[in-house]
Parts: sequence; structure tokens; C-alpha cells
Amino acid sequence: MIEFRVVYTMWLREMKRWWRSKPRMIGSLSMPILWLVVMGIGLGSSFSIPNAAFNYLVFVSPGIIGMSLLFTSIFSGVSVIWDRQFGFLKEILVSPVSRTSIVIGKMVGSSTVSLITGLVILFIVILLNGVSSLVLNPISLLQTVAFMSLISFSFVSVGLVIASKLTNMEGFQMIMSLLVMPTFFLSGAMFPIENAPQWMKAVAHIDPLMYGVDGMRSSLTGISQYPMMVDFTILVAFCVVMVALASHLFSRIE
Amino acid sequence: MNAIEVKGLAKKFNGFAAVDGINFEIKEGEIFGLLGPNGAGKTTTISMLSTILKPTSGSATINGFNLATQQNDVRMSIGIVFQDPSLDDELTGRENLDFHGRLYGVSSKERKEKIKAVLELVELEEKADSQVKTYSGGMKRRLELARGLIHMPKILFLDEPTIGLDPQTRRKLWEYIKRINSEKGTTMILTTHYMEEADFLCNRIAIVDKGKIIASNTPEKLKQVLGGDVITLEASEPESLKKVVGKMAGINEVTIFGDKLNVTANNGSTVLPRIIKVAHDNGVSIRSATLKSPSLEDVFIHYTGRAIREEEADSKNAMRLRMRVGWR
Ligand SMILES: Nc1ncnc2c1ncn2[C@@H]1O[C@H](COP(=O)(O)OP(=O)(O)O)[C@@H](O)[C@H]1O
Ligand SMILES: [Mg+2]
Repeated sequence: MIEFRVVYTMWLREMKRWWRSKPRMIGSLSMPILWLVVMGIGLGSSFSIPNAAFNYLVFVSPGIIGMSLLFTSIFSGVSVIWDRQFGFLKEILVSPVSRTSIVIGKMVGSSTVSLITGLVILFIVILLNGVSSLVLNPISLLQTVAFMSLISFSFVSVGLVIASKLTNMEGFQMIMSLLVMPTFFLSGAMFPIENAPQWMKAVAHIDPLMYGVDGMRSSLTGISQYPMMVDFTILVAFCVVMVALASHLFSRIE
Repeated sequence: MNAIEVKGLAKKFNGFAAVDGINFEIKEGEIFGLLGPNGAGKTTTISMLSTILKPTSGSATINGFNLATQQNDVRMSIGIVFQDPSLDDELTGRENLDFHGRLYGVSSKERKEKIKAVLELVELEEKADSQVKTYSGGMKRRLELARGLIHMPKILFLDEPTIGLDPQTRRKLWEYIKRINSEKGTTMILTTHYMEEADFLCNRIAIVDKGKIIASNTPEKLKQVLGGDVITLEASEPESLKKVVGKMAGINEVTIFGDKLNVTANNGSTVLPRIIKVAHDNGVSIRSATLKSPSLEDVFIHYTGRAIREEEADSKNAMRLRMRVGWR
């Protein structure tokens, strides 16, 4: 049972916290912008992808949007650990509302934050590349936003799953280097997976972000590894599984 | 009707009985205290009664609802001030209250009125729109108390409401708690390890130690158990002093704890000089003597042979406990 009132309450809190924390906001925007400029323009000026029809900046742009979504979403999901440490989680869990509503509310709130950040990056991507180097029309933008939302929801859920298992921030560094960074590097965000060695390709295919980045590349540049529907279907499946898992684990927290 | 009925409630953590089969009833409108040292099982009891922890065994009804089967009704009936902080520091005081009201389904109009009223009650109107991280410890506590009232609960749980606060702030909180109880008729269950607090606030008190209730009554009746005034003596040979004092007339009881001797007598002020004389005659030197009317502390000593404060001094342990509870 999902109570809309509760979802809205949780969402509202997330928005207020985000709007109030300017350092966090600036931090989550400046890193992807730095990567876009340094990697996209800097590296791209002396490096190009073999047999590609477009330059490196165009190639890497959907990847950086994916990176921004991945980081913001996971951090935001994991932030429940802070709520637990500061005791606020207790205030939420003792209230007469369903746990599912609480989890969904947290997901919607965190995903909104992540999506807004992603949209700002998308805007900067368009500015840097120029309108003519990308496929830009209402449909391609809608498709891009759909992929962005799916990525956000999925990885907020991943963050929540981690938070339900981790009771303090000690394990966080490990999660970062063993889960988040590999997910980013193997997603094909920075280099085409097709040209990578066989074993790396194999690992990349179990990386859900790869399908997200490929989907956005497909909608924004028209060139991708898989048909858009394939990326979309796999990502939807992953998202549903993660949302269900996070809700389940959360309903059992004491 | 009883606001709370508890039967054989118990909680085991890996075989260790934190709460060991307790029974009590709280009448509507009462302020009921659980008084006991750190680790007695007070917080665990509150956690069970507020649906946060599942009891290992036993049952309870809260506001007429079964704790095990009517969880949502129980949650709707209670407000709670946790032992550990539970506010969102990034939000303002008003936003914390608003969040609570929304979660509990308080309508928008009513929410505004309630928030205004409770802020007034705890005198936080001026700070209401500052972020909670700028609040002092006492202000946070007051805000938590106010928050517990937003949805007009029948029963309020207060777990160590004044822990770590300075005496003035503590007095203020006592005042608010009394006022809420008398004006709104809210039933309250309060835990504390401060005897003055239990004495001042509670209509009835259950003294808890090691997961068990060892005595339960009104503060006055509990103190009567001691049979009069308490004389505490520091003597060179407490054992032999105990022997001679025990034989004197007008003495009710003599107990030794540590290197001190506790003597209870109906009329302490006339007995004390006689004790000093008898001690002198028997060659026992008395280093110090205090006379006081019995406190709940003495009641606790009477039942357990220990002082509540001994545990309190073990602050490192208390700190660890607080962290653990907070991180659960
Ligand atoms: N989650 C837990 N796991 C294991 N032991 C616990 C847990 N919570 C409390 N305890 C133990 O149960 C006992 C009672 O604790 P508590 O109810 O917090 O006491 P109080 O609130 O009276 O100080 C203590 O010995 C404490 O260490
Ligand atoms: Mg406690």
C-alpha cells in the first residue's frame, strides 16, 4: 500500500535538504563539468576513437551524464545511513505509515535531485558540443530523460540496499572502490566497450550503467552498441528488481 | 480504562534478558515513571511499547490496542521523545514539526495551528525558522517534546527527557511536561535515572534494575518503606558500629554499603546525637554524619544495596550504550 501523502512528505524533505546544502549541490555539479572539460576537450584534442564518425567529446558526453547520475544517486540513497546515525530514521520508522511509502518517497526525492543535476549536465553538454553535433529534437530529449530517470531510480535503490546493510560509514570507502568506480569505468562511459579485451567486455555486460549510457548515446548521437529498445528493456528490468529489493530490505529494518 | 497494560513483557538479546518479564498498568492521565540505573532495561521497554522492537515474550495493550496485532493504531496513539536525538539538523524547527504532522496525516489547517501552539508551549517561536543544527541541546530537547504533541497523542513516551541538560533547562522541561499533563490530560510514561525527576514528576514509579521491576508505588509510599529519616555515617569500623547501633531503641534498620552505614529512624534528629555518643563510648570514631529525609535514591539502595549514581559515574559505558542505541 502506497500512501501518496507520505511519498510527498519524504520528497519534500529531500528537496529542502538539497536546496539548502549548496556545497553538496556545487560539488555534484562541478565534478562532471570538470570531467567534461578535461577529458572531453583536453583528452579529446589529441585522441580520437578509431573508425568513429564523431569526436571524443560527443562520445564521452552521455558517459559523463551517466557518471553524474550514478554518483548523485548512490550517495543520496546511502545518505539513509546518516539518518540512522543521527536518529532521524527512528522518527520516521515509528510513525503510523507503511514502510513501502517511506522507501518510495525517499526514492522519488533522491531521484529528483539526481535528475535535476543530470539535466544541468545535459544542458552544459549541449552548450559545449553545439546543437549541430548532437541529435536534438523533442523525441530524442524525451528518450534521454527516460534513460536518465531509470538510471537515477535504479542507483538510488542500490544506495538504499547498501544503506540497509551498512550500519555506519566505515564500509563506505570499500563500496566506493569496489562497486561505484568499477560500475563507472566499465560502463563504456569513457571508452567504447566493443574495442576492449574479451574479459572486460564480459564484465561490462553485467554493468547496468552500460545499458544506460548506451541508451543515452543512442538517443543523443544516434550511434550505439545495442538497439535502444534492448538497453531500455534491460534497464527497466534492473530498476524493478532493485526497487523491489530495497523496499523489501527496508520493511525489515528494526 | 487503563492507558497501558503490560503483562510479562520480556526482551532477550542473544540470550541476555535486557527486560525480564515486567508487569504494570498505567491509568489514564497518569505520569508513570520507570526509575533505574543505566542498563536497567528502560529504553528497551520503551522501544517495545512503541513498536520499535519486537518483544521476545509477553503482551501489552496501549490505549486499548494490542501491541502485537494493532501496530498502526498503537503508533497513532503515542508520541515519543527518544533518549537519543532524532531531529533532522538540516531542516528548521518548524520544518521538523511540519514533517511530523504530514507523516501523521494532520490536515494542513490543523497543522499550522498545532505547530504554532506547541512552539508557544516550549517557547521556541523565535528559533522556529532557524536550522536545528544551530540549536542548543536544551532547545533540541524542547523541540522534540513539541514534536511529540503535534498529532495529539493520548500517550506520551519520554525516554530520559532531560539527560545531559543543565539544571535550569531541566526545570523548564519539567514545567512543560507538568503543564502538558494537566492541560491536555496526556498520559505519560517517563524513564529516568534522576531520582529528583521521578520524584517531582511522577504520580507512580516503578523501580527497575537488571530488567526487573523491584518495587512500584507512589513516591510517598515507596519512601515509607524505609521507615523514616536516613542517617548516613562514615565510620572507622562500620561493622562494629552496625552492631552497637542495631541494639539502640528508636532505630528501624541499619545497612552497610561501601564504607558507609545507613541508619533509618522515625525521628532522625534526636537519634543522631545518641548514635554519636554510643559510638564514642564504644571507641568507634565517626568521620562524618548526614541526616536527611528519605529520597528515592535511598529506596533504590534499600532494594539493591547499590546507589543509582554508581552506575552513572561509569560514563564511558553510558556513552557506548548511547552510541549503540543511536546507531541501531
Ligand atoms: N540492541 C541491543 N543488542 C544487545 N544488547 C542490548 C541492545 N540494546 C540494549 N542492550 C542491552 O540491554 C540492557 C538494557 O539496555 P537499555 O534498555 O538501553 O537500558 P537503560 O535504558 O535502562 O539504560 C543493557 O545491558 C544493554 O547493553
Ligand atoms: Mg536508556
